[in-house]
Amino acid sequence: MSINANQDMLPSADDTAAMVRDDPSVFVLALRHPSIIIGGVLLIVIVLIAMIGPLLTNDPIALNPINRLKAPGDFAWFGTDYLGRDVFARVIHGARVSLVVGLAVSACAISVGLVTGLLAGYIRVLDAIIMRVMDGLMAIPGILLAIALISLSGATLFTVVIAIMIPEIPRVVRLVRAVVLSVREEPYVEAAIAAGTKLPLILIRHILPNTIAPMIVQATYICASAMLTEAILGFLGAGIPPEIPSWGNIMAEGRTYFQITPWIIFYPGIALAVTVLAVNTLGDGLRDTLDPRIARKM
Amino acid sequence: MLGYVLKRIAATVPVMGVVALFVFLMIRLAPGDPAAVIAGDYATAEDVMRIREQLGLNEPIIVQFTKWVGALVQGDLGEAIFSNKSVAELIGQRIGPTVMLTLTTIIFTILVAVPLGTLAAWRAGTFIDRAVMMFSVGGFSVPVFVLGYILIYILSIQLKWLPVQGYRSMFEHGLWPFLRHITLPTVTLSVIFIALIARMTRASVIEVLQEDYVRTARAKGQSEFKVLLRHALRNAAVPIVTVIGLSLALLIGGVVVTESVYNIPGLGRLVLDAVLARDYPIIQGLILFFSFVYILINLLIDLSYTLFDPRIRY
Repeated sequence: MSINANQDMLPSADDTAAMVRDDPSVFVLALRHPSIIIGGVLLIVIVLIAMIGPLLTNDPIALNPINRLKAPGDFAWFGTDYLGRDVFARVIHGARVSLVVGLAVSACAISVGLVTGLLAGYIRVLDAIIMRVMDGLMAIPGILLAIALISLSGATLFTVVIAIMIPEIPRVVRLVRAVVLSVREEPYVEAAIAAGTKLPLILIRHILPNTIAPMIVQATYICASAMLTEAILGFLGAGIPPEIPSWGNIMAEGRTYFQITPWIIFYPGIALAVTVLAVNTLGDGLRDTLDPRIARKM
Repeated sequence: MLGYVLKRIAATVPVMGVVALFVFLMIRLAPGDPAAVIAGDYATAEDVMRIREQLGLNEPIIVQFTKWVGALVQGDLGEAIFSNKSVAELIGQRIGPTVMLTLTTIIFTILVAVPLGTLAAWRAGTFIDRAVMMFSVGGFSVPVFVLGYILIYILSIQLKWLPVQGYRSMFEHGLWPFLRHITLPTVTLSVIFIALIARMTRASVIEVLQEDYVRTARAKGQSEFKVLLRHALRNAAVPIVTVIGLSLALLIGGVVVTESVYNIPGLGRLVLDAVLARDYPIIQGLILFFSFVYILINLLIDLSYTLFDPRIRY
């Protein structure tokens, strides 16, 4: 390794070939990092369950007071809750809520953060202002901020997504800004400026592509953290309206009866942990593949 | 040095200002009528009017802001809507358990995570390393409250070793009851931080272990333990301490959940009680309080770098 250090600096013939080809190297790299496969497959299975499962289960909100707080068994695989609702059906439906929240939050946070970060990194006048705002936003504990926003504007799926998204933005902005600051000094950006390329075009064509890899990795982490936060908010009674069977809500309703029927908390809890684990594993694998520089450090 | 300290202290002012401005604007820019949301579904028009009056939402926004900041600078975090107590007073009543839980969690986290991360770095690439990293990914993925209930189920309900819930003050009830009650919340809250800090320690120590001075230390026959402790860990300390400071924001969120699971009458419970009672001034006051604490602690950590690494000079 040390002998080849100098040669590593220059792209070898193989590297150039890989760049010219339609990048099959990414696929090869993915095979080298099993976490992508493990996390990805697990996630695909969960997504399929979330899409198809609800069509096959019982009604998750049908009340059945005669059969309340039944233990897991033939009657209901995961037992029933205090209103006699089928916990299995509720957990399967909850997967939809969790995945939708995770996806929506990461998509929104990345889009907002990307635009803000590009502007902060490239336009010096805006940089100081934007970064001070981000510093302030980072100092506010995310869950408290989300709780406050939800208690002000009422709990709906939309406000919950927005409330979870806002605390995630500063990290995206910082990351994008860091990338922009390192890329803007590259010769090809200078060349573009010299050639008279307009600012929006420089940002979109020359700078934006450099942020894609770290953003994909960041998106998986935001997705994981958003699903956890959504469940925490639901659990605390400050999240999505209780009539929607989200994992957090199921667990919140299980709290009172925990000593008699612990499974009402455990089943959605396990489902949540496995889903978050799948997303995190996928994220770690993507990070190792797309950004080997950080991978060596972690 | 003094110049740097003053500059660093001055730099916290704009951040606190942004936090204050953000919190101020939050209620005023919220979509819909926050006073109506706070008043609840069964409120009459008079209730809404009264709450709007109490929150000071009727005056021109500049007047509101001046009054609000003026009070804030004097440590006045506002009045609770329903209990007629000042928010600062409520915080004073509830802060004890939260400080204790935070301290035990940080101590426990450091005691477990730093040796674990160092061990993983020392044996990087082996089974031990992979086990620590797997634990770390797992720790990130299990929600705090699920972990809490699993621990309660096994240790309190099945084995009956520890009390299920509640809190005992060290000063009123003595050390033993305090420890019995604080153990499970501490372990619950620590897991995610152990995951985070073990990972960070590992990364940081791996980097330092490749330095020349570590090789020199080994070459002169220094024991492996001393190499790790004195040469590697000491030089790896700054990033580790930084992460501990930054993760405090995460810790505060975890405190809310943990106090709720274990029924600890601290600031986290106060947040929840305020949410249930729709007492917005309490939530707002606590956000300001926690944010300022976070900023101050990170300031102290920044200033403490010279202690950990004498090479840093300002």
